Amino acid sequence: MSADESSSSGLRPPASGLPSPASGLPSPASVLRTPASDTVALRCANIHRYLGTGEGRVHVLRGVSFEAHRGQVEAVVGPSGCGKSTLLYLLGLLDRQEEGDIWINGRLMSNSSDAERTAARGANIGFVFQFHFLMQEFTSLENVMMPMRKLGRLAESEMHDRATQLLAAVGLGDKTHRLGSQLSGGEQQRVAIARALANAPAIILADEPTGNLDQRNSGIVFDLLTRLAKENGQAVILVTHNPEIANRCDAVRPMRDGVFV
Amino acid sequence: MSPNLRIASRFLTARKRAMLMSLSCIVLGVGLFVVTQATTSGFELFFIRTILGTNGAIRIEDKIQDTIRSMAAAGNEGGSNFRIAMRNEGKKYIEGIEEPKLLTDALRRFANVAGVSSVLRGGVYIRSSFRTEAVQVFGINLDDQLRVSDLEHQIVQGNLDDFRSSPSGALLGREMADRLQLDVGASFVLDALGESRRYRVSALYETGVSDIDRVRVYLNMGEARSLLKRPTGASFLQVNVYDKDRAPQDAAQIEATLQYSAASWQEREKVWLEAFRALTYSSAITVSVFTLIAGLAMFNTLAMIVMEKTKEIAILRSMGYTRRDISRIFLWQAAIVLMLGTVAGWALGAVVTYAISYIPIRIRGILSADTFIVNWSIWHYVAATLISVLMVMAASLIPARRAARLEPGDVIRGTAQ
Repeated sequence: MSADESSSSGLRPPASGLPSPASGLPSPASVLRTPASDTVALRCANIHRYLGTGEGRVHVLRGVSFEAHRGQVEAVVGPSGCGKSTLLYLLGLLDRQEEGDIWINGRLMSNSSDAERTAARGANIGFVFQFHFLMQEFTSLENVMMPMRKLGRLAESEMHDRATQLLAAVGLGDKTHRLGSQLSGGEQQRVAIARALANAPAIILADEPTGNLDQRNSGIVFDLLTRLAKENGQAVILVTHNPEIANRCDAVRPMRDGVFV
Repeated sequence: MSPNLRIASRFLTARKRAMLMSLSCIVLGVGLFVVTQATTSGFELFFIRTILGTNGAIRIEDKIQDTIRSMAAAGNEGGSNFRIAMRNEGKKYIEGIEEPKLLTDALRRFANVAGVSSVLRGGVYIRSSFRTEAVQVFGINLDDQLRVSDLEHQIVQGNLDDFRSSPSGALLGREMADRLQLDVGASFVLDALGESRRYRVSALYETGVSDIDRVRVYLNMGEARSLLKRPTGASFLQVNVYDKDRAPQDAAQIEATLQYSAASWQEREKVWLEAFRALTYSSAITVSVFTLIAGLAMFNTLAMIVMEKTKEIAILRSMGYTRRDISRIFLWQAAIVLMLGTVAGWALGAVVTYAISYIPIRIRGILSADTFIVNWSIWHYVAATLISVLMVMAASLIPARRAARLEPGDVIRGTAQ
């Protein structure tokens, strides 16, 4: 991506602290990257996960292995209950697997502490969920600034500028001061995308980001997510039921009964 | 502003009514705590001032004489070195002070002693044209007595100069004067040891203590000696000290060195002081119920917010907010309400205390007061704050920890699927 393209998308690299990978400067995630896995942002091997207890215990993931590359959008598809979302939460370090390993930017996170996993999430992973999960008491701008405030790499004015740029990039430049509760479902999801991109993470994990939207908004949200992620060289893993959306991704990984088929 | 504080302040608006309930309980708890402590300690301090102003800080009454038994007991304990130790067993008390001047001189050498007054006491009958009553004569040297009491400020009618210059002048308690229907300038008769003498009321005093105002007649020392037929000695010495809180130690030292029984004001008025202390504690405990309710309300409110905000907690965790951040977000909410409630409670306490100090109330018996007596002390505000902090923050810990323990994966999975 050229600098012009970046400007045309409305998302310029931040002034300091959080350079986008596309800007040619090292991203926060690249600091942890090993040479051997330069294009691999995320890798997992032989992941097993059980849910429930006693007789209701279900073997949800049965030895899943997977790689996500920078600048690629990968779709994970499959019927409900096949383990797509469970895999996504494991990859996002929101849950712990019973067996198997996960590397984020070449760093093994399987046995890391809760604090290390939390820090890795803040710096390297952006989430977009089906049910937007915006903070309703905060404005769009504040929602986007929230992960940046936690990471604390930018000054307040820089955070403000970057959040404004991100909201402009998702087409909400005129609604920066609207509360979450004052936005439509599609708008809320676009704010959620801007928020996921706020810290310029190496990985974007999206759990049915268009599942709660109409067809028009689904197209807008998907286009935005993939375009911004590609422009910034981020790996996108997208769980979806929508075959139309899945077919527009760089790779589709069908899943059934806890394994890729 | 830290991100946690920013989020906490917005979350507060999620349950405004519940938060207002907690806030008002904190305001009431802190405010009423301050008011009750200000009034109870106000009356207690005033009572202490009254004690010191009437009977002095230390009273030295009887000579202690060791008996053979007490000396033997002390000797055995000390081994071969014989010494006289202070022991109550087998101790003999000889009533009164034989050499008040010598003892006064000795007492003046104590660093904390500010004044000493010899008093001669004796039972007499007082007769007016209206009635006869049994009272006690207190023979005093006025200038000495003024150094160990507040008699000067307790005069409510007449003046002390008249008493000083007139040998037949007497100071009567107002309550006694009312019962006998005597005014300043009126004459009355004292009957003692088969002899009757006529005196004139120089002034009326009022200490507020019924036991004093009803029975005590002050006469000049010379006249009292003559009436009671005791040309030498004194009944007791009344001692004033610079530091009233050191009175028990001084009394013990006086007793040990001078061999006279010495009772500090704390020892003499132990019953009343204990009653005041019990009242202070019981009112503090009663009023702390408001703070306890505030704590429970805060617990309830935060627990509800935690339940309502599980998705937000999960998303915050996904953004990199740690468990400690989540815990702090909820503790901050409690802290914000606590701070607002405490400051408002201070203001309420101060305003009500000020207003109460002007409420007319006539109290006589153990002290004399015409309005509520309040004591302004920063420590009442500090104690109220500490209690509310303890209750509210303790109550907030459980929901805060529960929020921090939420697993984001579980929360999101539960919502998404």
